[in-house]
Amino acid sequence: MSESIDTPVGPPIPPARQELTLVERVSSQMGISPEDYMLPAEREIRMLSPEGTLLPAEQQGTGPGHEYPIPSDEVLLEAYERLMVGRRVNDQNTALVRQGRLAVYPSSHGQEACQVAAAMCLEDNDWLFPTYRDTVAVISKGVDPLDVMVSFRGDWHCGYDPKEHKTAAQATPLTTQLLHAVGAAHAAVLRGEDTVVLAMCGDGATSEGDFHEALNFAAVFRLPVVFFVQNNGYAISVPLARQSAAPTLAHKAVGYGMAGERVDGNDLVALMAALRRAVDLARTERIPLLVEAHTYRMQAHTNADDDTRYREREEVKEWAAKDPVLRMETYLRDKGVLDEAAAARVSEHCETVAASLRDAMNADVNPDPLEMFDHVFSEPTQQLREQRDWLAEELAAEAAEGRADQAAKEGAR
Amino acid sequence: MTTVTETKPAAQSAKPAKLTFAGALNAALAHSLEARQDVVVFGEDVGTLGGVFRVTDGLAARYGTDRCFDTPLAESGIMGTAVGMALNGMRPVVEMQFDAFAYPAFEQVASHLAKMHNRTRGRVELPVAVRIPYGGGVGGVEHHCDSSEGYYAHTPGLKVYVPGTVEDAYLMLREAIDSPDPVVFFEPKKLYWSKADLDLEDLRATYESGERREGSAVVARQGTDVTLVTYGPSLPTALKAAEAAAEDGVSVEVVDLRSIVPLDDDTVCASVEKTGRALVVAEAQGFASVASELVARIQERCFHSLASPVRRVTGFDIPYPAPKLEEHHLPSVDRILDVIDDMQWED
Repeated sequence: MSESIDTPVGPPIPPARQELTLVERVSSQMGISPEDYMLPAEREIRMLSPEGTLLPAEQQGTGPGHEYPIPSDEVLLEAYERLMVGRRVNDQNTALVRQGRLAVYPSSHGQEACQVAAAMCLEDNDWLFPTYRDTVAVISKGVDPLDVMVSFRGDWHCGYDPKEHKTAAQATPLTTQLLHAVGAAHAAVLRGEDTVVLAMCGDGATSEGDFHEALNFAAVFRLPVVFFVQNNGYAISVPLARQSAAPTLAHKAVGYGMAGERVDGNDLVALMAALRRAVDLARTERIPLLVEAHTYRMQAHTNADDDTRYREREEVKEWAAKDPVLRMETYLRDKGVLDEAAAARVSEHCETVAASLRDAMNADVNPDPLEMFDHVFSEPTQQLREQRDWLAEELAAEAAEGRADQAAKEGAR
Repeated sequence: MTTVTETKPAAQSAKPAKLTFAGALNAALAHSLEARQDVVVFGEDVGTLGGVFRVTDGLAARYGTDRCFDTPLAESGIMGTAVGMALNGMRPVVEMQFDAFAYPAFEQVASHLAKMHNRTRGRVELPVAVRIPYGGGVGGVEHHCDSSEGYYAHTPGLKVYVPGTVEDAYLMLREAIDSPDPVVFFEPKKLYWSKADLDLEDLRATYESGERREGSAVVARQGTDVTLVTYGPSLPTALKAAEAAAEDGVSVEVVDLRSIVPLDDDTVCASVEKTGRALVVAEAQGFASVASELVARIQERCFHSLASPVRRVTGFDIPYPAPKLEEHHLPSVDRILDVIDDMQWED
């Protein structure tokens, strides 16, 4: 029998339909292997040299599947202005701590390029989940600096409305906020919204269990979260080598089935390019990504820390030469984007922000002690009402005593 | 070959099935999913399987896997994502599979779930219900029988509910889900298969009519001589003890707290002032416990009405024992009766 020969040859029978994994689908769209998609590029993405000159394309670390178009001059000028404001805010707040006007301020001096890019890559409806060191990012997202400083002045734990600004309260417990970011993204996906969530953490935080759980949840549920790790080299005093033996923190992404990339964290152009692409991919493909920025904390952990105990001055000096501010300024000036008039305008903006910070932080604000009982629950319990009354009586008695003392003093005079 | 043709009982002649505690919880979840589009149920094995205790049975099939779904096996992840979901407008109901398996999530509970409303000066509410199957008396192996309510009750910002009846299983879970505040909802494992003659539609109508007993204790049995203050898994034990005491001529009043936070001091004190004697019964180890707190509060508020020191029958201060030993650990009718006997009845 030669039935097969008589049968006209048609198109090949397609194999049983196979579901591509998400990684296979995204990488095939880019024309690269899943491994090339998930693994970071061979070198960190960098557009500007430490001196502020644009690197030739072949030296930028980009390649197939790792393409990062440089943002427009207009966007970069805006980013520069925010960078300058961020630096001014950091330094003003550090001064206010020294003057005893702030309880504490963990400065991001040296990391401002990361701060600005983290906020600027997001749309208005996108969420930001910052840490205690990400004050500049919160301000850059549009929260009034004075509201952000409420917590560092010691009035209350958080001074802004997270829902109004789509910016979570700054998290102090390490890495817990990454899971909140994943939950916020999940909520948006369930409602069919195209929100992207950017979650910030540091190198030390990648050691926490919540880092693993957050990346895993985001990948399993396919949620549009960009995990942005600012690797500043130290978790208070402990260097990166004691946190991780991974080739880079960006390499951790592959274990979750997501793409990781590393960027020069003091190069605002590269950061803007890399984070904007990550946010775009997260939004269009509904996927999580990990971006590691290599930067440096130029100052001690906080005013209570002494960084001379754990790092060499020589190392700090080396990083000072890679400062993000001068680098960006040189690039924009050489390109003719930043002229004298624009520089003057930026400088004036910075001084206005600093002056308003000084005025507000030098004003004496006395939070109402009775408010302590108001926000434990949506309605105070019977027990909290009783405790509130107790404190109110104490305060009233103190006030009466103060008045009596005053009257006695005046009488004696 | 045999042909067995069993006739199924005709629907109209079937007695209405009694409602179990687990069934009441299942219905409360279902009705909440129907009542509010922002409710989502998630945790380990709650989807396809319907939960290891079947409390979420059928929910994923009925309401879709967007509304009831399994997560990776990670309790901090479950709790942390619930916080983020609630921050972004949802109303998560999460299951911690067993009491002692909820500990990895404790940082998320204590540092964020409990504090977010306060941290943000009242701007953010986190309406999250955390269901925890808890307590012993079911022959469970280690890490499956803890009475962990004290940890949560000690954390400001959390409501802590412990239903002890089938009716409360339904009503209080719906209250927990509707609450604007986070609620840790303890489900006594040994009561899951307890039953009551209740009509679910009546219960639903009662709840949806807006009648609420949120945060209030109830007098589960009237009495005149001594007050047993109890909750959750110890409620049936306390009621049995009251029954036995009545045979000996002692009239025991049983107060079911229902809610540990908020705590209904008024109902407790009204009962103790009437009887003059108080005994707290709870499964959890007694040291620094909810029972300790109750004794302290009764002493502070009812001292002049007391005819004898306020007493406790609780679990011993030991890690939860192995299944063959648990009967010696848990509050029993006999132990309760012994302590009642010892409460200075002579003139």
